[in-house]
Amino acid sequence: MTTLAEPLEELWSEEPGLGTWLSTVDHKRLAKKYLYTALAFLILGGIEASIMRLQLAHSNLKLLDPETFNQLFTMHGITMVFLFSVPVFSGFGVYMIPLMIGTREMAFPRLNAFTYWGFLAAGLFMYSSFLIGRAPDAGWFNYTPLADKPFAGGVNIDFYALGLIFLGISTTGTAINFLTTILKMRAPGMTLNRMPIFVWGELAMQVSLLFAQPALTLATVMLMLQRHWHWHFFDPGAGGDNLLWQHLFWIFGHPLVYIIVLPGLGILATILPTFARRPMVGYTWVVLAEMATAFIGFGVWVHHMFATDLPAMSISFISLTSFLVAIPSGIQVFAWLATLVTGKTILKTPMLFVLGFILIFVIGGVSGVMAASVPFDQATTDSYFVVAHFHYIMAGVAIFPVLAAIYYWGPKIWGRMLHEGWGKVSFWLVFVGFNLAFFPMHILGLLGMPRRTYTYQSGLGWDSYNLVETIGTFIMGIGILISFVNWAWSVRHGERAGNDPWKSETLEWATSSPPPDYDFETIPEVRSLHPTWDQPELKDGAQPPDQGGRPLAEGHRVLATSMLDATPEAIVDMPHESLWPFFLVVGLTVFFYGALVRIAIVAAVGGIATAISVLGWIWPRGQTQEM
Amino acid sequence: MTGLWWSMLAVSIVVIVFVTVMGGWGIVKGRRRREEDIERNVPWGDRFILISGIGVTGAILVAFFLVSLRAMSTLARARPSNLEITITGHDWWWEARYPNGAVTANEIHIPAGERVHVDLRSADVIHSLWVPELAPKIDLIPGRANEMWIQADHPGQYRGQCAEYCGLQHAHMIFFVVADTPADFQTWMKDMAAPAPDPSTALAVQGQQVFLSNTCIGCHAIRGTPAAGQLGPDLTHMATRSTIGAGTVPLSPQTLEQWILAPDQIKPGVTMPPTALTGEQVRALVAYLLTLGFEQPS
Repeated sequence: MTTLAEPLEELWSEEPGLGTWLSTVDHKRLAKKYLYTALAFLILGGIEASIMRLQLAHSNLKLLDPETFNQLFTMHGITMVFLFSVPVFSGFGVYMIPLMIGTREMAFPRLNAFTYWGFLAAGLFMYSSFLIGRAPDAGWFNYTPLADKPFAGGVNIDFYALGLIFLGISTTGTAINFLTTILKMRAPGMTLNRMPIFVWGELAMQVSLLFAQPALTLATVMLMLQRHWHWHFFDPGAGGDNLLWQHLFWIFGHPLVYIIVLPGLGILATILPTFARRPMVGYTWVVLAEMATAFIGFGVWVHHMFATDLPAMSISFISLTSFLVAIPSGIQVFAWLATLVTGKTILKTPMLFVLGFILIFVIGGVSGVMAASVPFDQATTDSYFVVAHFHYIMAGVAIFPVLAAIYYWGPKIWGRMLHEGWGKVSFWLVFVGFNLAFFPMHILGLLGMPRRTYTYQSGLGWDSYNLVETIGTFIMGIGILISFVNWAWSVRHGERAGNDPWKSETLEWATSSPPPDYDFETIPEVRSLHPTWDQPELKDGAQPPDQGGRPLAEGHRVLATSMLDATPEAIVDMPHESLWPFFLVVGLTVFFYGALVRIAIVAAVGGIATAISVLGWIWPRGQTQEM
Repeated sequence: MTGLWWSMLAVSIVVIVFVTVMGGWGIVKGRRRREEDIERNVPWGDRFILISGIGVTGAILVAFFLVSLRAMSTLARARPSNLEITITGHDWWWEARYPNGAVTANEIHIPAGERVHVDLRSADVIHSLWVPELAPKIDLIPGRANEMWIQADHPGQYRGQCAEYCGLQHAHMIFFVVADTPADFQTWMKDMAAPAPDPSTALAVQGQQVFLSNTCIGCHAIRGTPAAGQLGPDLTHMATRSTIGAGTVPLSPQTLEQWILAPDQIKPGVTMPPTALTGEQVRALVAYLLTLGFEQPS
């Protein structure tokens, strides 16, 4: 089969150099950019959290003034949600999905480059607000009228609104790219019921994102119109309504929770069977549960607004859906348990992170069920109880499965094993630190401590819990840093991983580590839900043509297949490196800065650069696009 | 309400213990298993997942929903109330108005044992009224007429705080609900509605002059004097209150003097501007303000 490797290498490799660093469309290179960028934002968000925890370690501390604290908690939320959690799961998806479904690229490679650069640029755009001391300061939820001109005259909120519109362009592109890739590019034979659960999780995530994002973009555009052009969507004095912002924000914001949770559960469901040495029990139910969560997730947004005095009938309905959305989670928990009970658990680092997360997810789940109750929520909403709840779910799913994935897929991505001993040290520090940091928040909330306060008074019995939380935060931070150092050391000095160090079931382990530029020598024919376990002929990413492998070595090509049954439909020529996606993002960045400073000429230059880049991108280049 | 909480807590603990024990037991038991012995198909798997995941989980959730619904209807039912007060949220303090014309700030008296109807209004951004020991919270939203009922079964002082993020001093938007015996409450409300007493000492008279001839009157009202500002707290009986700056610091001659001169030092971002008064003027003003009160039952 090595006869194929050479022409494929020729076809799929990219020229080395700075130019390619900007113009690459390779899903693996872009995915690494996604991961490095998202993890850098995790560090920034973590630094923000640590500074806030120092300020809150004791009552009446004056480390931060209120304005700085408000900017920090706002940017902490924006960072952790938009700039870390969502992109980190997109990053793992961009790397793993083409490998897991047995193809060679994402469906739209240049769009993939564009969405990465767009994410980076939108993140830097929002962070540039710190340079002038004007970071967004109305919370990541940015309620009006606090975020409206009379109460927020500065550019802080403009950074927020324009930054999220910008980022929304990128995430929409990502969603389209993922959906097309997953639905149209699976290797022949990978019918929907042979699709790995991680890919299902990513599918559920990106479907939700595609439908949720417009509400946020709409809300932020309306906010900009109201702030600068005298519109009155959220102004009760002129017939608007402040609750409109809340509805639009949470119609986006609650599905967003599942946008983050579902791929995390997908990672869990990938790692768990590997280290329980058996297939997931109840695969179909787990998949249905993920999709059901994504669907029901659109019908619960008003539980963020139980204290706004809406009619009892409507909040009762949302209370019911909020209770019921726990059923799919219950299904998954019991499937994990059944898998553990019938398997042979191997306690390697990725599995420790997964097991730790199961407990954290269950704790966050039961507190979420409590908050589905209207009277209970009215008592605890906007208190630290809710902070505890959503950190158990959202920080839990963005820390534990992500670290698990770094230990699990790191060997595939960088070709070397991460150090196991330090991995375990890191796990225990993160697990203990996490619970010390977030569990006492439940109690503080029940004691009456509201969220988003830059300080609190002494004598209320809140000091010791807060101190424990601060200590826990730093223990957790040290644990995460140990994993980062472990990773940085291991990618150079770690043990060589080989193709399949964990003896896993999914296709990415059938090729080498790291995979070649073309991912697979032949596009495999998939005959099982566990191809790497059940199809020994897949060795080294080269299924012999007489056993179903398709070389597709005559050009820079991938195979398009049907949505349900993955029967071959077309051969698609894929684009090569291109600088246009990067230029397009530069154009958009100039445009958004122009809109920020409200200088029409700057925005116009950005708009023209954007238009030219789009033209350059779509300009026909004489390649045959159809077969 | 407490039944709802304890039942949800108990079931939650059972769930967490069950998952931990079953997972832990599975891991320990599986260690002795040989990989070759693992069955791909688990005949009871689907049944287990469906019965526990949908059946048991669903039954518990629906039961919670029904219990919760009952608690909700008990809390939300509009009931006749002998007293209706209007609470307005301001950046960053609370104003309370009573039907007899009494106006106060940050210390809201109610009669113990009675259900009090509260109209919730906002003068600027969204706030949320939260007295953890007495009632669930409800937001005060500009342009909306929200309402809630609160009841304190026993006389006493209950701490409350704004729960919806409202800007710089969200942390210091504190108030107290003071539940008096019904008789004491009636007296209090009558006294609170009365105009301010005239100053009796020379110093206090001088202080009143300072108050009336400076910018104070632009924002503050003292009923019985020409001062009728509406932007800041009504000071007619301010000496009856125990704190300054919506619970930021205890009221004392020293804190009041500091507050008048540079409120921003005590509560950064506060909307009240600093005052350029001489030391003598401030001492007179403080002396006057501290006469603004009436005897309260202890």
